[in-house]
Amino acid sequence: MPLRSIHAFAGGVHPLGNKNTDVLPSIHLHGFREVELLMQQHIGPPCTCVVKPGDHVDVGTMVGRADKPMSVPIHSSISGTVKEVHYVVSANGSPVEAVRIESDFQHTINPFCKPPKVESFEDFIQMIRDSGLVGLGGAAFPTYIKLNPPKNKMPDTLIVNAAECEPYITADYRQICEHPDDIIDGILEVMKWLEIPKTIIGVEDNKPLVTRIFSHEIKKRVYKTGKHPDIEVKTLKTIYPQGAEKMLIYTLTGRKVPPGKLPIDVHTLVMNVSTLRFIGLYLKEGIPLTRKRMTLDGSALNTPGNFIVPIGARIEDIIEAAGGTREEPKKIIMGGAMMGVALDRIDHGIIKANNAILVFGSEETTLPPESPCIRCARCVASCPMDLIPCGIDKATRLRDPEMLEKYHVMDCIECGCCTYACPSKRFLTQSIKNGKVIVRAERARIKKEQELLAASENKGGPAS
Amino acid sequence: MKLQVSHSPHVRDKATTQSIMRDVIIALLPATFAGWYYFGIRAVFITLLSISSCILFEYICRKVMKRNNTIGDLSAVVTGLLLAMNLPVSLPPYMVVIGAAFAIVVVKQMFGGLGNNFVNPAIAARIFLVIAFPKAMTSWTVMTGSWFSIKSVDAVSSATPLTQIHTAEAPSLWNLFIGNKAGCIGEVCILALLIGALYLILRHVIRIWIPMAYIGTFFLLVFFFGKTNVLHFTGDLATLSGWGDLFYESGYMLLSGGLMLGAWFMATDYVTSPLTTKGKLIFGMGCGILTFLIRYYGNMIEGVSFSIILMNILTPHIDEWTMGKPFGEVKENAKV
Repeated sequence: MPLRSIHAFAGGVHPLGNKNTDVLPSIHLHGFREVELLMQQHIGPPCTCVVKPGDHVDVGTMVGRADKPMSVPIHSSISGTVKEVHYVVSANGSPVEAVRIESDFQHTINPFCKPPKVESFEDFIQMIRDSGLVGLGGAAFPTYIKLNPPKNKMPDTLIVNAAECEPYITADYRQICEHPDDIIDGILEVMKWLEIPKTIIGVEDNKPLVTRIFSHEIKKRVYKTGKHPDIEVKTLKTIYPQGAEKMLIYTLTGRKVPPGKLPIDVHTLVMNVSTLRFIGLYLKEGIPLTRKRMTLDGSALNTPGNFIVPIGARIEDIIEAAGGTREEPKKIIMGGAMMGVALDRIDHGIIKANNAILVFGSEETTLPPESPCIRCARCVASCPMDLIPCGIDKATRLRDPEMLEKYHVMDCIECGCCTYACPSKRFLTQSIKNGKVIVRAERARIKKEQELLAASENKGGPAS
Repeated sequence: MKLQVSHSPHVRDKATTQSIMRDVIIALLPATFAGWYYFGIRAVFITLLSISSCILFEYICRKVMKRNNTIGDLSAVVTGLLLAMNLPVSLPPYMVVIGAAFAIVVVKQMFGGLGNNFVNPAIAARIFLVIAFPKAMTSWTVMTGSWFSIKSVDAVSSATPLTQIHTAEAPSLWNLFIGNKAGCIGEVCILALLIGALYLILRHVIRIWIPMAYIGTFFLLVFFFGKTNVLHFTGDLATLSGWGDLFYESGYMLLSGGLMLGAWFMATDYVTSPLTTKGKLIFGMGCGILTFLIRYYGNMIEGVSFSIILMNILTPHIDEWTMGKPFGEVKENAKV
């Protein structure tokens, strides 16, 4: 019987799970006519494009080279010919370089792709970087950076995030059901090279099957190797945002990550199951990150389900290949219902961190009008970061940076709980994000002012 | 294809301002019906007059101020109902209308409408009426004529239980509990008020912190510092013989006056109470202490109303004092 964690964070909300697709096995989608690979698919500087129109590429051929630190390469997800290298507007609204590749439908794999040989920690980190791996839970943080912490801050616990607390999304769930062995391989590799003594897998208690699969898989390892692999499965209360890094670390270990700090500051490493599965798979096959498992759901779709799609495939093509729509979509969301981005166009190519496309029809699409705050404090009670969202909202509308700082606006994790809970239907999360912009601008202004002051003091002494 | 673009989250909870107000109205109904039962058809008339005046004033105000119509959020109905529950049944109708006007026009809309009033409109109106019409607001009646008799002359003047304690006419605790006593329309039946309060708690509309702190603090103060308090207890504490005497005064104090109505339905008003749990506890304790002081050492009868309104005024400060640290904030990171 897996242990239940004893810590619980304050706040959180209980949106309808809507895990409609959890029993549907993942389907490989092939036959995309073209893909569009953005040159920035991670947090960090963009890649340099190394192909030009007319070049032939195979699956796994590098098209974007990572020149700068914090950057990972991008590989072609189909075989075919490069048609165009141009600038497009990404889903978040910023311009980014993109490579358009037309498929030859051959699906030939780059001959240089072979299982890597890992003999040292440095090899391991290089291998992770070359694979183009980023955090697949949604943050898209380059994994090689995460796995290479400063020497004085080595992690003592690996936390595997199998919470998947966002409504609708079941991609990680299917990943666990279909490839538990690869996940355990990935965990063992990370534990081995980073010398982490202990791993905890956190699973929400609405997914008992996942708990059983992992327990079974661990038993198999014990049988095979004769020793227990120090991996523990813990069930978590089903509550959103249970899968948020800080909340997960607290519930599983009782450690609190201070504001502005990273999990590594409390000696923990948090990795998503899909990221770990990729590590396990890459060591066996050597094909870089070119495919992504995603959940397609929403009332406007004919056949919701889980699909494995090449990175860069256009959203409209994916929806079509996955069975098309049965009514005119009213809202299309890239990501989950709580934190995803509503799109205005659907010709974007998907990027590494995308894990769901929600196609909402008229029954799910609502945009109730805002009404005045009645101070019911539901936002305060729901905030997992113990902030006062209605106060931040007020400060943002007053454009008062001092008041925003007083309310600790920068500590918001933008999980959306406050907006979900608000009976006045106020756009609290949006307001808080705007508040962060105001605070950043004010901080920059103060810094510049101080610099100017310092410069003028240096120039003119008391003599002038 | 036209796609809706909005900020996350894309799913919302079912609760709306309107649904919350509806729940409050539902929770107030048992006590209202009990008041109607005890005070006759005139109580029905006063209640409906108060509610309809509040709605009318809200409508006119918004119209005059060229703002959107907000009758639909039902907050005016809640104010009207609460105001009626806080009035004696014999009050002349024009005073009810003046009270409603004060609550909606002066206290609520002049400060910016729902969510911006700094004190509870119904309590402010009650206090306004007590000061403006002290005689009418403090003549308590018990019904003697038929239930359908509309004239208040059928009622005879009576003292409120609060002034009767330790006298021969004092009603029994049971009569205080079920509402067979003099008082305002909505405050008499404690049983009905508690049923309504339970509904609000179960529906997660209010949290228990304010009423718990309010009633608890008040009870303890009366228990230890009242007239027949535990320190002056003449019975045998060890065997608890005569424990009824020990609890009589505190029980009597809890069940009489507007304490239950105030603690469960007016101190918990969202707009004028603190946001955090800590703040709510401080707010409730403050109300309890002030109610005790006014009831025992003041010469005004409005203990509950004044204590709640004073704490309403302190609410922004309580919010300021009780603003907690963000999750994970430790000392060395705290901004000085």
